[in-house]
Amino acid sequence: MKKTLIATAFLALGAQINLAHADLTVAIAGPMTGQYASAGDQIRRGAEMAIADINAKGGVLGQKLKLEVGDDACDPKQAVSVANTMVNKKIVFMHGHWCSSSTIPASEVYQEADIPMATVSTNPQVTERGLKNVFRIMGRDDQQGLVAGEYLADKFKGKKIAVVDDKSAYGKGLADEMAKALNGKGVKPTLRESITAGEKDYSGLVTKLKQAGVEVLAYGGYHTEVALILRQAQQAGLKLTVMGGDTMTNSELVTAAGASADNVMFTFSPDPRKNPDAAPVVKRFRDAKVEPEGYVMYAYAAMQLFEQAATQAKSTKFADLEKAMRGGSFKTVIGDMNFDAKGDQKKPGFVVYQWKGGQYDYAAK
Amino acid sequence: MAYALQQLINGLTLGAVYGLIAIGYTMVYGIIGMINFAHGDIFMVSAFIAVTAFTLLAAFDITSLPLAITAVLIVAIFFTSAYGWAVERMAYRPLRGSTRLAPLISAIGMSIFLQNMVQLTQGARVKPIPPVIEGGIVLWTTPDFTVQIAWTQILIILVTVVLMVAFTWLITQTSFGRQQRACEQDSTMTALLGINVDRTISLTFMLGAALAAVAGVMVTVYYGVVDFYIGFVAGIKAFTAAVLGGIGSLPGAMLGGLLIGLIESFWAAYLSAEYKDVATFAILILVLMFRPSGLLGRPEVEKV
Repeated sequence: MKKTLIATAFLALGAQINLAHADLTVAIAGPMTGQYASAGDQIRRGAEMAIADINAKGGVLGQKLKLEVGDDACDPKQAVSVANTMVNKKIVFMHGHWCSSSTIPASEVYQEADIPMATVSTNPQVTERGLKNVFRIMGRDDQQGLVAGEYLADKFKGKKIAVVDDKSAYGKGLADEMAKALNGKGVKPTLRESITAGEKDYSGLVTKLKQAGVEVLAYGGYHTEVALILRQAQQAGLKLTVMGGDTMTNSELVTAAGASADNVMFTFSPDPRKNPDAAPVVKRFRDAKVEPEGYVMYAYAAMQLFEQAATQAKSTKFADLEKAMRGGSFKTVIGDMNFDAKGDQKKPGFVVYQWKGGQYDYAAK
Repeated sequence: MAYALQQLINGLTLGAVYGLIAIGYTMVYGIIGMINFAHGDIFMVSAFIAVTAFTLLAAFDITSLPLAITAVLIVAIFFTSAYGWAVERMAYRPLRGSTRLAPLISAIGMSIFLQNMVQLTQGARVKPIPPVIEGGIVLWTTPDFTVQIAWTQILIILVTVVLMVAFTWLITQTSFGRQQRACEQDSTMTALLGINVDRTISLTFMLGAALAAVAGVMVTVYYGVVDFYIGFVAGIKAFTAAVLGGIGSLPGAMLGGLLIGLIESFWAAYLSAEYKDVATFAILILVLMFRPSGLLGRPEVEKV
């Protein structure tokens, strides 16, 4: 009898130890397949590196991190099913989703399951719905649209400007904000149009722009369409300057549009690769043959955010994490993070960049 | 006026590409009565073959333009036809004689398979090629607009016309054409008359794939970028073209393709590009309401 008791106690102890050492599961979600899969790839590389680094330092609260990858292909329906899968896998933190149209429906699933999420989606609605679990580590379209629109109004005074979007939650939101900022400066866009993303032929739009004498295109949408529009504009003998949003960071734009990519400007947060504190991490990425462009560093920073929030809260429970994230200040590779009551960054700072010879850099002020 | 002419040229080019792909849908439907949803992805595969071939030619320093394009066309047609054959052999032939739904599901599966295969082997990033043919002819200069036709647009329209003539000849004048039409009308009877129906069906798939291959090469030359996703939208549009023209009818597929290309470009030109797909599909619905078998389709006669 005594022996059985000891054995039972021992087993129970074993189970306890096991529990204490169970891995913490964190997740990323985004377009791992589909037409924006290259962004998903960036997110995964960033997150994998971050988790390897955190685990090498002993993990979070003594537990190792395990990464789950969800593929929503930027499809809102698939995003919800990915979210449900992740809830079943008992994740404690989500970095995602990427497309605003995926993030918005998925965030409600995470909210019901008390899972905090840090996203790079820029549509204002992401944080405007009062969900307590949503944090945004990127700026908002109304902020980036304002910066882009005012830059265009100042820099291209007197030129004809067209505002075009791709009908996505992100693209339309951004284009609307750019148009609003232009109007605010007394500039009336010559044309306001929408296109269908995923097509290859935009010659109809290009001809229309040429007819209207448009020289500057303020575009809300993704880089793949911009590359095609630029190529077809060149064929039609039309020289266009494009102003876009954060998605134009993708170097695919240059491979696809060639030299005409030099006419592309975009707004993005200050380049994390230029952040001196991030230099060691940038070097580690480059050593691993990964260029830390676009969303790579954001994914890394999201994992750092979770690590620091959990350490400060000494817990991975939702209420504790949420309180720590909202109140705390976090040092990450993309700079210091502080969240406001809505879950937006307090200082999101957008800068105008321009592509030149296959590299992007701050555009002339 | 000049603006309308430019949009007409744009529309014709786009329509020619849709038409070439649509023929693949319509021929397969004609002969075995199924919609080959993997056809759009066959087109995508051919675009990738074209990119690979162009890159290889550049590596071997072959710069003569007519030679390069001919070589790429031959390579693309050869390999894409092989894909067409293999897809039919693996995904549809084993299901022949089962319910009509089975090959349809199999086609959707094949489409997903091809997309993912290309994504895994070629990567998710877009594959660009440097402009192969640059420039064009200025047709008409008015004070406020210059009408331009790019050499690539001329090439696409010319190649499509030549292929259409050759194809009509093949179907109406040759013995293969007769066999193909016979299988369409009554495959059991054709088999009883000593014609290898399976072989004819295989050849039909290969022909459809060959035309998709030409469309793939043209798209690669014209747009200069391909990714593993281009088959989806192109496939849907071409399928719509086939239905609009009357599925099962070859001239119908071409006509449907041209119509869709023109509707798209004129709608985008004078109304809003935002609703051009709505326009396309609204016209499709209208046509189907008044002519349920499409513009040039023959009404299906129920055999008793």
